[in-house]
Amino acid sequence: MSDQRTATLNIVIPEGVSFSLPLAGPITRSIAFFIDFATMSAVLSTLTPIFTAMQLIGGDTGVGVTILIQFIIIEGSKMIMELLWRGQTIGKKVMGLRVVDERGLKLRPSQVVIRNLLRFVDALPLFYALGGIVSLFSSRAQRLGDLAAGTVVVRTVHSSPPDVASILAGKFNSFRDHAHLEARLRQKVTPEESQLALHALVRRDELESGARVKIYGALANHFREKVKFPDEAIHGMSDEQYVRNVVETIFRSRKSVARN
Amino acid sequence: MREGLADLSDLRHARHVLSLFQRASSDLAQLQGYSAEPELKSYLETLVGAGYAEIHSSTRDSRRFKPWQWVTEVFPETFRRQIWGFHVALALTVVGALLGALLIASGTEGREAIYPFRHLVEQTPSERVAREERPTDRDRLAGAKATFSAQLMQNNITVTFRALALGITWGIGTILILFYNGVILGAVILDYIVDGQTVFLIAWLLPHGSFEIPAILIGGQGGLVLGRALIGWGTADSLRMRFRKTVPDLATLAGGAALMLVWAGIVEAFFSQYHAPVLPYAVKIAFGSVELVGLFSFLYFCGRSKTKGRKA
Repeated sequence: MSDQRTATLNIVIPEGVSFSLPLAGPITRSIAFFIDFATMSAVLSTLTPIFTAMQLIGGDTGVGVTILIQFIIIEGSKMIMELLWRGQTIGKKVMGLRVVDERGLKLRPSQVVIRNLLRFVDALPLFYALGGIVSLFSSRAQRLGDLAAGTVVVRTVHSSPPDVASILAGKFNSFRDHAHLEARLRQKVTPEESQLALHALVRRDELESGARVKIYGALANHFREKVKFPDEAIHGMSDEQYVRNVVETIFRSRKSVARN
Repeated sequence: MREGLADLSDLRHARHVLSLFQRASSDLAQLQGYSAEPELKSYLETLVGAGYAEIHSSTRDSRRFKPWQWVTEVFPETFRRQIWGFHVALALTVVGALLGALLIASGTEGREAIYPFRHLVEQTPSERVAREERPTDRDRLAGAKATFSAQLMQNNITVTFRALALGITWGIGTILILFYNGVILGAVILDYIVDGQTVFLIAWLLPHGSFEIPAILIGGQGGLVLGRALIGWGTADSLRMRFRKTVPDLATLAGGAALMLVWAGIVEAFFSQYHAPVLPYAVKIAFGSVELVGLFSFLYFCGRSKTKGRKA
């Protein structure tokens, strides 16, 4: 495992691969805190008539129960939410944040308890000043509670696999006859270039015909300069087809590449 | 899938998840050396991250929280594992108590600075005892016991959690809380003894104090354990590893102390505030003594045979 002084936490797992978790910044965390605070205040306000009724009906017992419920809501609501929602509170859900274990493992209940118990120290002397200062100097943006509990707050990334297959299905790719050139193309094209070309194909029908010709022309010329395919492979090929072939070459599954 | 994976007895399911995880890891490993789609890489990273967390965090005992086992085994076991912290917390409180007693013995001018409650300053122990023992037609606490009990629970749990949390100040905050509590306790005890109210004092404090004081000491124990983990005495582990090893014990000590304080709050409001002739002091002292012996028998011996069995 390693960490760097950027907004991500990189975790290398025993399987030999690494993945990164984008760390949450102090602003988003503060906003999430205020959302939680507002929600808690709203819940307490909403429950006030119920508390009043409990006190009137239950008398002494009602007052006692009210005090305990308020205590649990104020001190334990974040803890309970993080336990039930796998490291998220309402504020964190809204802001797309999540508390996770700093080693990428599953969040343990004891970690949730400790990071919330230490919130009192982080909040000293006012408005989370101590916790804020500590997190600014921490490579993992951890406040004291996170440091002790071994947790980090990360931004949740909603990612889905790109639907490349549906775009490229059923199209013949003349580049496949030139495996060594395809390999060179994959090597030379950067992730940003390949993403640009893919998006140009995905949004094909959204483009005006003139703009489409212009964009595909620019992209095809750009890729032509990267690798020169023989004339028989590109003879009479439109710019759009050229881009399509490039994208198919880059995104084709490894198994297909091996078979070819 | 997560629910299925949690039940590792379903071996087929676990194997299927493992194979999916291995495939995703393998694909990610191949992509990391290629100029491939960043979105796909991000997607695979999400899959691998989630799979890694589920697979590598699964243990035989992580399936369900068992409250009874936690109370009767985990809590006393943890208390004994970190017993040094309790002993230090007790020693700090005793030293504080001796200082408090010394301050009261040297003169009563500074009582306001020591006592946090006005009624301890404004009246002597004898005056208080006379007032408490005066026969009355009505129950002084009638219609307020549950409220008083809830307030006690809230206040004591907060103080105990603060004592634990302040361990992050290298234990200094915890030490100060324990020491100050000791000063007040020592001052009150000497005040009552000197005024000839020893029996009243024991009968007043023992029923709830037999749980309340040990609970605060357990909170302090947690704080000292946290402080030691921060300093790193007696271990070559890194700071993060020390915290990782300590966190489950801290959470257990906090939970156990909170549970004890719920009981202490009930006893203090519903039992401790009644004195002779309503409730004979012998009964109160006997009740408190049984509680104290029972509590420490529980903390020192409960779950011991099961722990040995597991180790064997």
